[in-house]
Amino acid sequence: MLEIKNLHARIAEDETEILNGINLTVNPGEVHAIMGPNGSGKSTLSYILAGKDDYEVTEGEILFNGENMLEMEPDERAAAGMFLAFQYPIEIPGVATMEFLKTAMNAQRKARGEDPLSIPDFMKRVKAAASHLNVSMDMLKRPLNVGFSGGEKKRAEILQMSLLEPKLCVLDETDSGLDIDALRIVSEGVNKLRSPERAMVVITHYQRLLDHIVPDVVHVLSKGRIVKTGDKDLALELEKNGYADYVDTAA
Amino acid sequence: MNVSVPINYTQAESDLIDRFEQRKADLPGSVAVAALREAAIRQLREKGLPHRRVEEYKYSDLRAFLKSAAPLAEKAKLEDLESILSNQNVFGDLDRYRIVIANGAFVAGLSDVEDLAKEGVTVSSLQDALAGETGAQLLTMPKTGQDDGIVALNTAFVQGGAVIVVREGADLSKPVELIQVATSSGSQAVRNSISVGKGAKLRLLETFVGDTGDGELNTVFDYTIEDGAALATTRLITGKVSTARLFTSIATVGAEAEFKSLGFIAGSRFARNQQFVNFTGENSEAKIYGVTMAGGEDLADQTLIVDHAVPHCNSREFFKTVLDGRSKGVYQGRINVAPHAQKTDGEMMTQALLLSEEAEMANKPELEIFADDVICAHGATSGQIDEDLLFYLRARGIPEDEARTLLVLAFLSEAIEEYDEEDVTEGLEERVRDWLAGH
Repeated sequence: MLEIKNLHARIAEDETEILNGINLTVNPGEVHAIMGPNGSGKSTLSYILAGKDDYEVTEGEILFNGENMLEMEPDERAAAGMFLAFQYPIEIPGVATMEFLKTAMNAQRKARGEDPLSIPDFMKRVKAAASHLNVSMDMLKRPLNVGFSGGEKKRAEILQMSLLEPKLCVLDETDSGLDIDALRIVSEGVNKLRSPERAMVVITHYQRLLDHIVPDVVHVLSKGRIVKTGDKDLALELEKNGYADYVDTAA
Repeated sequence: MNVSVPINYTQAESDLIDRFEQRKADLPGSVAVAALREAAIRQLREKGLPHRRVEEYKYSDLRAFLKSAAPLAEKAKLEDLESILSNQNVFGDLDRYRIVIANGAFVAGLSDVEDLAKEGVTVSSLQDALAGETGAQLLTMPKTGQDDGIVALNTAFVQGGAVIVVREGADLSKPVELIQVATSSGSQAVRNSISVGKGAKLRLLETFVGDTGDGELNTVFDYTIEDGAALATTRLITGKVSTARLFTSIATVGAEAEFKSLGFIAGSRFARNQQFVNFTGENSEAKIYGVTMAGGEDLADQTLIVDHAVPHCNSREFFKTVLDGRSKGVYQGRINVAPHAQKTDGEMMTQALLLSEEAEMANKPELEIFADDVICAHGATSGQIDEDLLFYLRARGIPEDEARTLLVLAFLSEAIEEYDEEDVTEGLEERVRDWLAGH
């Protein structure tokens, strides 16, 4: 599904090197967790996967279902099945959430050569997904993310993810800013989307999210490189001992 | 200032002076009206067209822009008029009454005069009224705006228009579209006098269709909003026209009354929408909105002067401008608060979104306050499309063009939504999409 080979990247504006040779292969059905201290490059990796042009890839490649992902525009990646759940979902005043959902779903369908959804079909899908995530109709009537609480924003991200049915879900610190109940709702929403055809990359600081979304593989990222890979027990070990060991290894 | 040195007339100024000499005998009106016309043309002779050294025209130099002035439009042919009217539909299937002004003159036969009469609204011809005993009053009634160069030009040449009187307490079941048409090229000078009686409610849609060629369009709306009355007026200045489109509103707002307006400018080569709002009674409110789009070499000007002459009145001004190409946007807004106009609440905001490097916005919000117990605020911003918003939309699969359209629409919609006249919202958003697709 996703193959990242020797990826080097820097911030386009000031040429600060962030990623220094990442290798990562994610197969369909797998859930990978990427953990690491602040500044290790976790969010940068997620932005590069989504196609944000603030970063410049200087070496290496990313293949998404065999295609060169770096040559695709952000919207083409989305239509091909890439989804990034943002760490900080952006408020868009003046764009009603429903209108946004319809535009995004139909844009992706159009890009894939499918017919647009009928209004009743669209409404049915939104209502079903919203009820699972405890998203109210009132929230959907408001402008996208405007005035949403931290938890509401994250639930809205997972709602979008459920409706867009991506092949690869990248969750960038989806647990940040969530209380225990919200964490449970969001995790249940994510788990519902686990399937043999779908892969997930879960980026997080803390082990507690991984109690809810149990990963198949855990990677430790430090200074732009994966320095350790293990199973879910690696996360528990990190929780106990911190990142100090790995930060030193990478130095 | 004492103008003693004769000015060198531009081609357009000479054309206008010649036009007046040729046409003054057959322009409608009483002897008193003719005298007002003479006084108005004297203003042009002495000061010329408004130009950049006149403070109010600093950013919109009409004198420099107007290369020539075409003759006044001739009377419209009925078949041309009917064909243009049947081919346009700015507000889709919105149920509304219609009042038609063609080539400068009110056309009773195509206006819903009888239906409006049943709703308590009298509609008559301004050109006829000008000939009557009170004709001159129609032109001199407004307290402000009379010295303005564009209004003076309108007074000199006014051909006709509609006189609309809404009876006390009338509450119309649907909006009224006042549609101004050009069936042939030629300049138009139109004046509409609208009075909304005590406690009455009127929703007005002001549109223009057709092509005036190289003739300038100069339309003045004079609104009188009596005590307890409400007027909401949506003005569309749209379509591609190569010459100047000059629109003026002069509103006199009584006590406990409400005046709401939205001026929508999309793609005019030179458009100025200027509004003079005067509060004459207490506890009233004015809400003035502007939605402006300009591209290419366009200039779009929204100018506003609100006079708080009495206490306890609120005004809200909210203007949104989107500029592309090498266009120029102008917002001039002034709130004057007289010494005894205590408890005035004025809030003015102007925001511009620049889509290109070369577009230019002049924002000039001003407060002139002589009272000491008021709440007045103003703000102005200019910015570009937020790349983070754009990326977010694209990351959800929305192609760049569509994402930009969505963001521009969202930006302008804030003013349209706050204006809150639900039956025009969709039509206005459609016109924004038209402009984005075709400018």
